[in-house]
Amino acid sequence: MHSPIPPVIEAPRSAPNRRRRGGTNVELYAWLFMRISGIFLVVLVLGHLFIMNILDGGVQRINFAFVAGRWASPFWQVWDLSMLWLAMIHGSNGLRTIINDYTRRDMTRFWLKALLYSAATITIALGSLVIFTFDPTLN
Amino acid sequence: MSSTPVTTASTPAPSGKQTSGKPKPATSRPAGTIYRGREGMWSWVAHRITGVLTFFFLFAHVHDTALVRVSPQSYDTVIDTYKNPFVNLMEIGLVGAVLYHALNGLRIIAVDFWEKGPRYQRQMLWTIVGVWVVVMVPGAYFMFQHSFETLFGSK
Repeated sequence: MHSPIPPVIEAPRSAPNRRRRGGTNVELYAWLFMRISGIFLVVLVLGHLFIMNILDGGVQRINFAFVAGRWASPFWQVWDLSMLWLAMIHGSNGLRTIINDYTRRDMTRFWLKALLYSAATITIALGSLVIFTFDPTLN
Repeated sequence: MSSTPVTTASTPAPSGKQTSGKPKPATSRPAGTIYRGREGMWSWVAHRITGVLTFFFLFAHVHDTALVRVSPQSYDTVIDTYKNPFVNLMEIGLVGAVLYHALNGLRIIAVDFWEKGPRYQRQMLWTIVGVWVVVMVPGAYFMFQHSFETLFGSK
């Protein structure tokens, strides 16, 4: 059998070629993203849960007027938009890892990821649209 | 990469008694049915489960909030379903799951980036479990207060 590419024999004591041929660093960036976004999400999500579920009567006080009052402030708009994007990407990447771990057939893996990425894209787009186009005078 | 429970680094090797110099094949337990167990593995299992539960709730939550773009009435109707005692219990479960995931996530960051992190991973787990209990007891009390009054209250 003749291989079209002759094998490369490196010189003795040459520095190891750590980068796999054709490989990328996508998994490294995904790993790093989980940790960086995680730190932001600790503040954003725990703050959100505390305000919405515990402070000042918790969920009992939440209605359309409450949302309108909050989103009148750019601070909470930026908070909610950051939380939406970071949490959705963080969660999608987590579920991608789980799909990679437990699916055995290539087609199963492909379709589950297709479903995941579609659902995540739609949800991020919908959530962003709602924050940007919110109308407190609706009705 | 993140699927590997790196937090088991300090789990000690099983201390079976060596009768001879040769390692003999393990016959008592099939290999590979369970990972190394103990705090390192179970914290990782709990991290996965709480993460998946939170992510599925997040989908529902973005869509229920999107109803503010439909009409105030439809939003208020759906939000009212959050205000009954049964859903209230599930909210406490959600807060507990998110809080564990957040605290254990910080522990994972410490294991990965702090040079002594792997050595203290077990102590850090029991620390975050302690913090979780200290936060959840008053948190659950305030979250369930209204439901308690609805169910058993005098007012």
